[in-house]
Amino acid sequence: MYQDTIVALATAPAAGAIGVIRLSGDQAVPVANALFKGKDLSKQATHTLHFGTIIRPDGEIVDEVVIGLFLGGKSYTGEDTVEISGHGSLFVLNQIIELCVAKGARLAAPGEFTQRAFLNGKLDLAQAEAVADLIAAENKASHQVALSQMRGGISTELQGLRDKLIQFTALIELELDFSDEDVEFADRTAFKQLIADIQRHTGQLINSFAYGNAIKNGVPVAIIGKPNAGKSSLLNALLKEERAIVSNIAGTTRDTIEEVMNIEGIPFRFIDTAGLRETEDVVEAIGVSKAKEKIAQAQVILHLYEDNDTGLLQELADSLKGKIVFSLRNKVDTPITEETNAVQEEGNMYLMDISAKTGYHLELLKQQLLESVRGGFADSAVIITNTRHKEALMRAQEALESVTHGLEIGLSGDLLAFHLKDALLHLGSITGKIDIDRDILGTIFGKFCIGK
Amino acid sequence: MFPEYDVIVVGAGHAGCEAAAAAANMGSKTLLVTMNMQTIAQMSCNPAMGGIGKGQIVREIDALGGYSGIVSDKSMIQFRMLNKSKGPAMWSPRCQSDRHVFAATWREMLEQTPNLDFWQDMVKGLIVSRGTVQGIVTGMGQEIRGKAVVLTNGTFLNGIIHVGEKQFGGGRMGEGGATGITEQLVGLGFEASRLKTGTPPRIDGRSLDYSKMMVQEGDEEVVGFSYKNVESIIKADPSKQRNCWITYTSQEVHDILKTGFDKSPMFQGRIQGTGPRYCPSIEDKINRFADKDSHQLFVEPEGWNTVEIYVNGFSTSLPEEVQYNAITKVPGFENCKFFRPGYAIEYDYFPPTQLKFTLETKLVRNLFFAGQINGTTGYEEAACQGLIAGINASRNAHELEPFSLQRNEAYIGVLIDDLINKGTDEPYRMFTSRAEFRTLLRQDNADVRLTQKGFDLGLAKQDRLDAVNVKNDHVAQIRQILAEMPIEPSEINTFLEENGQTALKERQKVAKLALRPDISIELLAAHLPQLQENLKPFTKQEIEQAEILLKYGIYMEKEKEMAEKMRYMEELIIPDQFNYEKVQAISTEARQKLTRIRPHTLGQASRISGVNPSDIQILMVHMGR
Repeated sequence: MYQDTIVALATAPAAGAIGVIRLSGDQAVPVANALFKGKDLSKQATHTLHFGTIIRPDGEIVDEVVIGLFLGGKSYTGEDTVEISGHGSLFVLNQIIELCVAKGARLAAPGEFTQRAFLNGKLDLAQAEAVADLIAAENKASHQVALSQMRGGISTELQGLRDKLIQFTALIELELDFSDEDVEFADRTAFKQLIADIQRHTGQLINSFAYGNAIKNGVPVAIIGKPNAGKSSLLNALLKEERAIVSNIAGTTRDTIEEVMNIEGIPFRFIDTAGLRETEDVVEAIGVSKAKEKIAQAQVILHLYEDNDTGLLQELADSLKGKIVFSLRNKVDTPITEETNAVQEEGNMYLMDISAKTGYHLELLKQQLLESVRGGFADSAVIITNTRHKEALMRAQEALESVTHGLEIGLSGDLLAFHLKDALLHLGSITGKIDIDRDILGTIFGKFCIGK
Repeated sequence: MFPEYDVIVVGAGHAGCEAAAAAANMGSKTLLVTMNMQTIAQMSCNPAMGGIGKGQIVREIDALGGYSGIVSDKSMIQFRMLNKSKGPAMWSPRCQSDRHVFAATWREMLEQTPNLDFWQDMVKGLIVSRGTVQGIVTGMGQEIRGKAVVLTNGTFLNGIIHVGEKQFGGGRMGEGGATGITEQLVGLGFEASRLKTGTPPRIDGRSLDYSKMMVQEGDEEVVGFSYKNVESIIKADPSKQRNCWITYTSQEVHDILKTGFDKSPMFQGRIQGTGPRYCPSIEDKINRFADKDSHQLFVEPEGWNTVEIYVNGFSTSLPEEVQYNAITKVPGFENCKFFRPGYAIEYDYFPPTQLKFTLETKLVRNLFFAGQINGTTGYEEAACQGLIAGINASRNAHELEPFSLQRNEAYIGVLIDDLINKGTDEPYRMFTSRAEFRTLLRQDNADVRLTQKGFDLGLAKQDRLDAVNVKNDHVAQIRQILAEMPIEPSEINTFLEENGQTALKERQKVAKLALRPDISIELLAAHLPQLQENLKPFTKQEIEQAEILLKYGIYMEKEKEMAEKMRYMEELIIPDQFNYEKVQAISTEARQKLTRIRPHTLGQASRISGVNPSDIQILMVHMGR
C-alpha cells in the first residue's frame, strides 16, 4: 500500500545556495538512476555521495548535482531514499522534480515523508508530530522547542500531572469500590488544593501555546499610519541588518514574500510590505479600509503618527481589540533626555516616542516587541506548539473545572470520577497512556490495605 | 447408556449451574456432570452474594433469565444496598445467604428444568477430533458424546490445599481434585498456569461473645436481586434478618500470626500461584501493611439453622494452631472453637486471552470455559460467565449466531472483554471502576438493558418482558409529570429555606427543582400533595428510576456518546488471518500480543495492554482506513 515512490523538494521553496530533492520508496534509486549521468546508482552502497549531472531524455543537461543514497531501511522514512542536491534555482529544482515524476515517482503530499517514517516504525506519534514541527521550524528558537518535545520534555511534564491525578482518582475509586470496608475517607480540601495545582500547571502549558506558536510561525506585524507618517523608513530602519532574511509563508496561496525581523529567535513578519514600499501611493491613501484588512491579519500593530495626529487609531479602535498595539510618535528628532517613561502602557497599547531617521528608541522598541510576545515565558519552560496538544490540554482543563465545581457542590464520587477520568483520558491522549483503570487499581492495591 | 447431548457442562458450581440452566432452557439437550451430586452450587467461600460491582452482575444475570438472582432471593438471610450514599450507579445489592438453602434451591431449580440430565463422576478427558470437541470421558471410562462442552472446573484442576507445612491434593477441603484435563489441554496447545486463593477458618458461633463486637444489621427495606417477585422470608418480613458483626485484630493478634511465618506456604515459597491483591490473606495484610496495627473482621452467619460462622477478613494458610492462637486474641473470640481451619488452595487456570468473546476456546471448536478456569474469582463472576458460555454452547450446537454483550451494555460485557483482551495474572474480580460506562450500567436498569436480549435468546420469558415494558411506560409517564408539573414559590419556599436551600424566585417545573443534588422526588412529594397524588399509581422503583434518569441524564448522555465512538472501532473487524508480522511499524510487544490474542475487532485490539493508540492508527492504515 505504501510501496509507491514519492518525491518532493526537501528544502524551503525559495532561492538559496542549494536545494535538496528527496525521493523515497522502492523505486527511488531506479527513478534517480534514469535521470543521472555518472556512476550506476543501483550498484552503490548506502550512505554514499555521488557527483554527476541530471539530464533530460533529449540529452540536455539540467543541473550538476550531488546524489546521496540511504538504503536498506537506514533512512529517515525507513524506505530507500535518494537525495538530490542541486543548485538553488526553483526553476531548475522544479524541472528535476518533474523529471522524477515522469519516471514514475509521485509528488508527495504535505508531511508524507514523516508519515512514512511513522508508519515504518521510525517515529512514534508524538515524535512524528514534533518532527513535522521541526521541519517547519525556521529558526533557532523553534528548533529548541521541537527538540525538547522530541526528547520527552512535554511527555515528562504531562506524566507528572497524570500521576498526581491517578493518585487522586484512586482515592475516589477506593471510596466507591471498597466503601463496605475499613477505608479512610479522603480529605476533600486537600483534593481541591491538588486540583487547583494541576489546573495551574495545565493552564501554564496552554498559555505557552501562544508563545510556542509565535516561535513556530512568527508574529505577524502590521505597520499602519497616515501617508508620510514614515512607515517605510521605520521598516527600513528595523530591517537594517536583516535584509537577507526572506521567508515563504506556508499555507498561503498567494506567493507573498514577507520581510522578517528576527529578535532573539522570534521571527516578526511584516505584512504586505510591498504596499509600504510603493512609497505612500494612492492605495495607501485610501487609508482606513486597507488598514483594517492588514490589522485583521496581524497580531502586533505598529501605528505611526506625527505630532499629535492619532486620528487613524481612533477610527480603527474597534478592529484593534485583542491585538498588541504600539502607538509610535515618529520623527522625534530632538529626543528628550529624560528616559524614565520611555514606554507607557495603556491596556494592550504601548506608547513610545521614536525616530526612524535617527534610530532613536528603536532598540527599545525591539525589546518591547519581544517582551509583549513572550508574556513572561522563560526559555527553559516546556512550551506547547502543537494544536492537538493544546486542544487536549484545554479539554483536560475543562474536565478539571468540572471536578472543582463538583467538589464544591458535593457531587457524588462516581460523577467526580467521571470528570477525573475524562481529564486523564485527554492528558493520556498526548503521551499515549490510556490504560487508566489498570493504573488506578494498581495504585489502590499498592497503597491501601483493602480486601476481606 | 447416554444419548448424544447438545451441551455437556462439566462442574456444578455457580458457572456450571448457570451454563446448564441456560443451555437447557434454550432447548438444548443438556448434561450436567459433577463429581458429587451433594455439592451442587456450593458456596465454597463466604456465604454471600452481590456486593459492589458484583450485585450489578447478579441483576444482569437475572434480567437475561439466569437463576442466580432468584436463588439468592430465596436463600438470603440479610440484605443491604451498599453505597446508598453515593450516586445511583454505585448502589450495589448484597446479601448474606443460607449456604444450605442456597445449594438446595439451585438443585431444586435445576431438577425442575426440562432438557437437563445429571451424571455424577469426575471428567478425566475430552473427546477432541479435528480441532472440535465431541464429548467427554468420565473417570469410570464412559464416553459421553456432546456437540459442545463447557468446562467449569473451579479450583479442582490439580488443586493443592495448603495449611501451614501440610499440603494435600483436593478441590475443596475434604474433596478430591480433578486430574487429566489440564494435561490433555496443554497437549493440545493450551497455555496453563497456576493461581491461588484462600478461605478463613469456620467457627462455632456458640463459642463467640457478640457483646464485644459491633452489630451490622440488614436494611429496613429488603429489595433483593431478582426483577421477578420471588418469595423470600426477609422480603416479607425484614425484621427476621440475621445480623452480622464487626470486630478487629490487634497488634497482639499480628504478633502471634508472625510466629507462623516460617511455616507459611506463602512466605516459604511452597505456593507458586498468584493470589488476589484485593482479597489478601491476613498474613499478607500484616506483612504488606506493617504500619496498620488493626484490621477489620466481619463475622457472618452461615444460615438460618446453623451455628457455623464465617470470619470474613481472616483468610489464612498459616498452621492451624497459629490461626487458632491468634484468633483467640480477637475481641469476642476468646473462647472460640474451630469447625475447621482456614486454608489456601492452588489450582490450574487457562489464561483467558485464549478465548473468543463467546468464551469458546480459539484452539478447540465448541469447547467453552467459564469461571475460575478463566482466572476469575467470585460466585457472581463465575455465574455470569457460565450463563454466557451456556448460551453460546447452545447456540453453537444449533448453528446459530454467537451472542455477546458490549462494554456499554453490561458488567458482564466488561468482564469478558477484559478477560479475553487483557487477560489476568491474578484472580480477576469485578470493580465498578473497570467499567467506563458506569452510569449506564446500574443495578436499577439491568432489566431495561437486558431483558429483551434474554427474551430473544429464549431465556427470559414473556412475563419478564411485559414487566419491563410496563416499567418503561410508567417511567416515561412519571418523567412527563415531573417535566410538566409547576411548583409555585409559595408552595415550597418555606421547605427549601428550612433545608438550607435557595428559595424559588418564580414558578418552576418539578423536573428542574429536582435537579438539585439534595432535593429528591420523595422529599418534594412529601411536601406537595398534588405531586404525591400524581405519583400514586407508580411504584417506588419506577419513581426512583425516573429520578435517576432525570438527575444523571447529562452523564448518561455523555457516556452514550463515548460508547457510540467506541462502537465505530468495534465494527472494524480484523480479518482472521491478518498477518501482524508484516506490520513493521507497531511495537514488538504489540505485535506479539496481537498475534497471540488475535482480536476480533480494532476496538478489542485497542484494549490489549501493550497495544498503544499509535499501533491502532497504524493497523487502521494497514487495514485501509
